Amino acid sequence: MRFSDTGRTIDAIWRIESPKLIAGLTRMVRDVGLAEDLAQDALVIALERWPESGIPDNPGAWLMTTAKRRAIDLMRRNKIRDRKYEELTRSAELYTEEDMDPQLDGEIGDDLLRLIFMTCHPVLSQDARVALTLRLLCGLTTEEIARSFLAAEATIAQRIVRAKRTLSAKKVPFEVPVGEELKERMAAVLEVIYLMFNEGYSATAGENWVRPLLCQEALRLGRMLAEIAPLESEVHGLVALMEIQSSRLKTRVGADGEPILLMDQNRGKWDQLLIRRGLSALDRCRQLGQPFGPYALQAAIAACHAKATSPDETDWVRIAALYEALSRVMPSPVVELNRAVAISMAFGPAYGLQIVDELNKETSLSAYHLLPSVRGDLLYKLNRFEEARLEFERAASLTKNIRERDLLLARASECLNKK
Amino acid sequence: MRFMMIVKATTDSEAGVMPSQELLDAMLRYNEELAKAGVLLAADGLQPSSGGIRISYPEPGGKPKVVDGPFTEAKEIIAGYTLIEVKSREEAIEWAMRMPDPHGGGQGEIELRQIFDPEELSSDEEKQKKIKGQFSL
Repeated sequence: MRFSDTGRTIDAIWRIESPKLIAGLTRMVRDVGLAEDLAQDALVIALERWPESGIPDNPGAWLMTTAKRRAIDLMRRNKIRDRKYEELTRSAELYTEEDMDPQLDGEIGDDLLRLIFMTCHPVLSQDARVALTLRLLCGLTTEEIARSFLAAEATIAQRIVRAKRTLSAKKVPFEVPVGEELKERMAAVLEVIYLMFNEGYSATAGENWVRPLLCQEALRLGRMLAEIAPLESEVHGLVALMEIQSSRLKTRVGADGEPILLMDQNRGKWDQLLIRRGLSALDRCRQLGQPFGPYALQAAIAACHAKATSPDETDWVRIAALYEALSRVMPSPVVELNRAVAISMAFGPAYGLQIVDELNKETSLSAYHLLPSVRGDLLYKLNRFEEARLEFERAASLTKNIRERDLLLARASECLNKK
Repeated sequence: MRFMMIVKATTDSEAGVMPSQELLDAMLRYNEELAKAGVLLAADGLQPSSGGIRISYPEPGGKPKVVDGPFTEAKEIIAGYTLIEVKSREEAIEWAMRMPDPHGGGQGEIELRQIFDPEELSSDEEKQKKIKGQFSL
């Protein structure tokens, strides 16, 4: 026993070691489901033995050795005498404590990278990618994943089982893609991480505005990826974006759970450590000398806010220019809407309203609550309170977030008082 | 949750003796491992206390007393720190156990401390309860 319950210590070791373990085992057995089973078998053996024998000095190496032995036993029992078995025996013989030698870190990093490319593979649905990544690369339990998505445990368990089966059935290779494919697949990986982050940052439904576990896991994955894929400029861009957004995590919600908008947040409470980390990730991205992609541009925008010590000092002209650049690499009505906000802040609400009115013709945004919300705000600033009220009410009817709806209805009644 | 691993000073670190190359390498590898696991937030080494000052308030409400370093009692002096973000106390302990002996020679000492969430510093109990409910993992 260490300083706390052995069971909980083993949980912690699992969290630290399981991604490396599963990645290394997948390389051996070429099946992510089998790799996870083997890793868990090793964990079960550890749970039986460690409380008595004590926790070994290098628990990661112990688990890996045990799992590899299990793999060989399994293959012997199944009398599989193919090349895979030969390979397995050979690597198990070669395997010593040194497998966890830091000199092999490069290789472990490569395995982790291969694993994340696998769990974020396009053959899987977006939901399955997120769940499987949380399970295999973050070492979260099914229950933890279910809780963070406000979903039933059985649903998530089934989603993970199916995802592993699909990877097997479609023979998705355990490899880092190259060339053009790398670019596309990396974008898919980053998308999964950002989706995870956003799901936590702004819960789309329910009472809670922020679900921090998902944000933390996404950030952890991003930081990890920045170390194992350091030449990918957009990885640093995404990390910068998440670090800076996380710096405001705790100022985004008031004591009664009500959302607090960026301009109204107490900047003294923004997490300066995360801001510094975000700015330095953005520097790393810049140093790679490639043109900024969508994440880096969004991070640069977030950095403008982070650097302003008061709302008045915000460099809106620069932000408007960055949104302009963003709308070129990632054209979307949502980006356009944000550009409208930046323009209105830089040059006046009337200019922003022109862009928003153009967007109003866009049918793809008809159910998007932020469009009437922004339009309402601009109309309010132009003293057109009656029109503003109608927009806020429309926005309130469109949002699924209860807290946000309250905020919008409060703004609508504010308009009534102004008349 | 965030934890700080505090490395205590030793007679050597206070004398400005640089650690051996072997130890520096081991520390570097350890920090890389933390970074690769995505848990490292910050890590720094501090200069010997000979260049530091201590500000104390011996009289409640009175003026501060300033004393120049070096300070005695190496074990009460901090030589460096590593800040990590983890999911549980056990995970923090596990990482702390993996840090190399920061000094060798029998004087190495690491202290692991959890960092307060800003909300926990509020004295308003009701508010704290509410926030805890909101943010508990």
